[in-house]
Amino acid sequence: MPAVSKGDGMRGLAVFISDIRNCKSKEAEIKRINKELANIRSKFKGDKALDGYSKKKYVCKLLFIFLLGHDIDFGHMEAVNLLSSNKYTEKQIGYLFISVLVNSNSELIRLINNAIKNDLSSRNPTFMCLALHCIANVGSREMAEAFASEIPRILVAGDTMDSVKQSAALCLLRLYKTSPDLVLMGEWTSRVVHLLNDQHMGVVTAAISLITCLSQKNPDEFKTCVSLAVSRLSRIVSSASTDLQDYTYYFVPAPWLSCKLLRLLQCYPPPEDGAVKGRLVECLETILNKAQEPPKSKKVQHSNAKNAILFEAISLIIHYDSEPNLLVRACNQLGQFLQHRETNLRYLALESMCTLASSEFSHEAVKTHIETVINALKTERDVSVRQRAADLLYAMCDRSNAKQIVAEMLSYLETADYSIREEMVLKVAILAEKYAVDYSWYVDTILNLIRIAGDYVSEEVWYRVIQIVINRDDVQGYAAKTVFEALQAPACHENMVKVGGYILGEFGNLIAGDPRSSPLVQFNLLHSKFHLCSVPTRALLLSAYIKFINLFPETKATIQEVLRCDSQIRNSDVELQQRAVEYLKLSSIASTDVLATVLEEMPPFPERESSILAKLKKKKGPGAVSVTELEDSKREGGELNGGGDRGPDTAAMAASNASTPSPSADLLGIRSAAPVGAAPASAGSLLVDVFSEAGPIAPSAAVNDDGFLRFVCKNNGVLFENQLLQIGIKSEYRQNLGRMYLFYGNKTSVQFASFTTTVSCPGELQSHILSMHLCTKPVEPLVEGGAQIQQVLNIECLTDFSDAPLLNIKFRYGGALQNLTLKLPVTINKFFQPTEMTSSDFFQRWKQLSQPQQEAQKIFKANHSMDTEVLKAKLLGLGTALLDNVDPNPENYVCAGVIQTKGQQVGCLLRLEPNAQAQMYRLTLRCSKDSVSRRLCELLAEQF
Amino acid sequence: MQFMLLFSRQGKLRLQKWYVPLSDKEKKKITRELVQTVLARKPKMCSFLEWRDLKIVYKRYASLYFCCAIEDQDNELITLEIIHRYVELLDKYFGSVCELDIIFNFEKAYFILDEFLLGGEAQETSKKNVLKAIEQADLLQEVSGGGQIGLPFHFIC
Repeated sequence: MPAVSKGDGMRGLAVFISDIRNCKSKEAEIKRINKELANIRSKFKGDKALDGYSKKKYVCKLLFIFLLGHDIDFGHMEAVNLLSSNKYTEKQIGYLFISVLVNSNSELIRLINNAIKNDLSSRNPTFMCLALHCIANVGSREMAEAFASEIPRILVAGDTMDSVKQSAALCLLRLYKTSPDLVLMGEWTSRVVHLLNDQHMGVVTAAISLITCLSQKNPDEFKTCVSLAVSRLSRIVSSASTDLQDYTYYFVPAPWLSCKLLRLLQCYPPPEDGAVKGRLVECLETILNKAQEPPKSKKVQHSNAKNAILFEAISLIIHYDSEPNLLVRACNQLGQFLQHRETNLRYLALESMCTLASSEFSHEAVKTHIETVINALKTERDVSVRQRAADLLYAMCDRSNAKQIVAEMLSYLETADYSIREEMVLKVAILAEKYAVDYSWYVDTILNLIRIAGDYVSEEVWYRVIQIVINRDDVQGYAAKTVFEALQAPACHENMVKVGGYILGEFGNLIAGDPRSSPLVQFNLLHSKFHLCSVPTRALLLSAYIKFINLFPETKATIQEVLRCDSQIRNSDVELQQRAVEYLKLSSIASTDVLATVLEEMPPFPERESSILAKLKKKKGPGAVSVTELEDSKREGGELNGGGDRGPDTAAMAASNASTPSPSADLLGIRSAAPVGAAPASAGSLLVDVFSEAGPIAPSAAVNDDGFLRFVCKNNGVLFENQLLQIGIKSEYRQNLGRMYLFYGNKTSVQFASFTTTVSCPGELQSHILSMHLCTKPVEPLVEGGAQIQQVLNIECLTDFSDAPLLNIKFRYGGALQNLTLKLPVTINKFFQPTEMTSSDFFQRWKQLSQPQQEAQKIFKANHSMDTEVLKAKLLGLGTALLDNVDPNPENYVCAGVIQTKGQQVGCLLRLEPNAQAQMYRLTLRCSKDSVSRRLCELLAEQF
Repeated sequence: MQFMLLFSRQGKLRLQKWYVPLSDKEKKKITRELVQTVLARKPKMCSFLEWRDLKIVYKRYASLYFCCAIEDQDNELITLEIIHRYVELLDKYFGSVCELDIIFNFEKAYFILDEFLLGGEAQETSKKNVLKAIEQADLLQEVSGGGQIGLPFHFIC
């Protein structure tokens, strides 16, 4: 190999690169670059035509600057010019620049495509390859459109050079990935499949990637590839290491091709043809046998290449999942790797074993390695390997080893890396639940989880333990005793307080017989944690206290005392204050019977998929496979009668007020669906919330559109008003954008609580007005008496629409929930741009819009004054231009405007003919879009 | 393969090759994140790691890190050997390659890579064949560099 002709002409480039390297600081570098950019720009703009060499040099410099991380906004044209150069180097640099810098600049892409087309038809293989590389590198849709039909021809043509075939195959693959609809193999299919038989190994190596991808999408059309792939594989596997010459890599024959062949076979089920299958099984056995042979080289490349094939073969064996013998052999092989000194191999073995664990044939074999895996979890120095070990333990867990595995995972949690703790917690929680034989073990495990990794225990996990305790009466006493003991710890996690508060509030009576955990002792224990807790936990504790009053009348006085003290009853947090006040009143007014009914024990939760599982599924990862499996077994077996992915507090609400529709969605779901600025009630109403939503509920009003039509021709005013509330709006529109200010005024002297607003788009509208989002400032949940609050709504019109968006307002006034839905006056005419035009223009356009569906007409009786000035004001308010001296009849009004949507503009012409004598109007609209004509006609007919 | 990055121990990017369409902004973000993650790893750690929904395979050669992002079903070990084969190709072409060769002849590093991998898949794994293609290109370069403007190419390959 000759040394590179280092100075092959671009000395200027080398000098520039050295300059950059010599820069002492970032600033100096930027300065040097700017100087160079200015120089290049002036050269490109200069009068003197640059020769090809200079152009190449400068384009290359620009490329270098770009690769340093700077933006380049010129030079594209010069690069495109290089493409048509006759000099190979110039062409090559041109293509490189395009490949790196051009994404899909529509102006240039045509020129580029032209150059590529020329090179593709040049019949010069070097040029053809360059062009194909460029297509494969850019892979844009425009290129697919231009070349997707040409490339298959090149790929299968008999006279195409091998190197060109290789490029064509992978180029086609790239286009297929970007634009599958444009790459139609059809007639070429069988010839492409037969490339697997090509004599040139390089051609097979390239073509097989294409075939694999196409097979995944159209398995039936490509299924003949299976037998071809098996015979090719068989020839490679049985060849001596020297047979394949340069395709042998460190004594391993064609490792890349072997892996790709094994990968291709994973797109299909086991071959049906007995002979083919026999041959394949032989191959797989040979690969497994070779793993036991002494290595032919000590080089890591040798063992990597060999093991790459082995792992791919094992993947295929797992994919088939039908050959018990091979599965067990694979498992044993991986078992050996678990203790290999190469970290890479241990990592891969753990990963691969994870999938083996889910096969019924190899599950037991995987389990035999439990000690090794536990050891890996404890001793591996690399966290990514430990993570694999944890995944494998999770996958191999079943009833027989659950206790051991859960214990090991728990103890690992104490030192686990922060990045994986949350996932570990979820996994432990799931395993504990799934394999719980006795529920006291389950409760212990979860409480340990909270103790060890409380910060990582998500809501789902502690909700779940409560759901299960509530649903299983055999564990309630034990749970109460255990949480009571756990709370004794001087510093216990807030999640422990939540679980403790909830469980003692429900089942404290089960341990109250023991003087060491008498009602007062329980209460004092809980209350000792109170001041250290956050608001939601305190709210939960308050509810636990009122439950205590019901369970243990002897605690009533003490608890009332606590509720009555200023820090509760005058708490600055409204939720806490409200609970204190309500619970105090409830405990003093209600009779024992009422109290007992209101504060009854929670009913069991309905059987539902565990919300923890759902959460783990959301976290992707290798555990995902086993989660699905776990879920299946759950559906069949139903090992727990606990369930319900409602959080305890939604259930509490449902229980305390039967008339409240009980939302059965997950609590988290409800919260995330809540509008911005949702009242804190959702966060706090744990346990029982007797008064919340218990008052007479205002009927979830039908949509109120009284105010709506009044705003077609105006933008500001009062939209709605009743005895409680006044809603004013101010809006402004420009082109297809609008902004609406909503003013909510409290007309009473009493505070509105939990004030929330949501704007939604009914059905069809959703796709039309997309970003109908509330501006960053959500409304305050509290509106004081006499106060007014403001909210901003940003609107973008994407295309024309008929339905208006809806505004829903909810708040509590006194005890009663108020619920109000209004149509927001966003109508299509708001996006009008007025258009002035002459009479002749108007009528010419009028004639152009002469298709029957483009016109909408209505004759209607006048409902309002027919006074000229009033009419004019309304028509101007519509947003169109009111055109004078256009209609031959001066009594008539004509208007013109263009509706601006994001996607298109709709031209509209309007003519209103009043008949004062008959008190009637005739309204005619002609628009370039028929739906707009109809909608405007409907809206306007109500205005005059 | 979704992309390949070459960067120095100081975190300087020396070569980047993207096989999926991404915005420049996204590319920079990914590069920054990965360079940081990989440089933070200790020498004896395994060469693979999970990152977003991809698998990262990396290996260090002298002062340069070679780092590939592959998809879930791709083979880690064979990717490690793709890296090695590319290093061998560079080594053979430049004659015991060093970081400086790649800095000063970055365009050559790209050309060699394009002959070896295309669209993120191995195109030609034979060292001889890849180098033959590059040699032929160099030959064309010298011939046309001689100032014979406009001569048609009717030879080679």
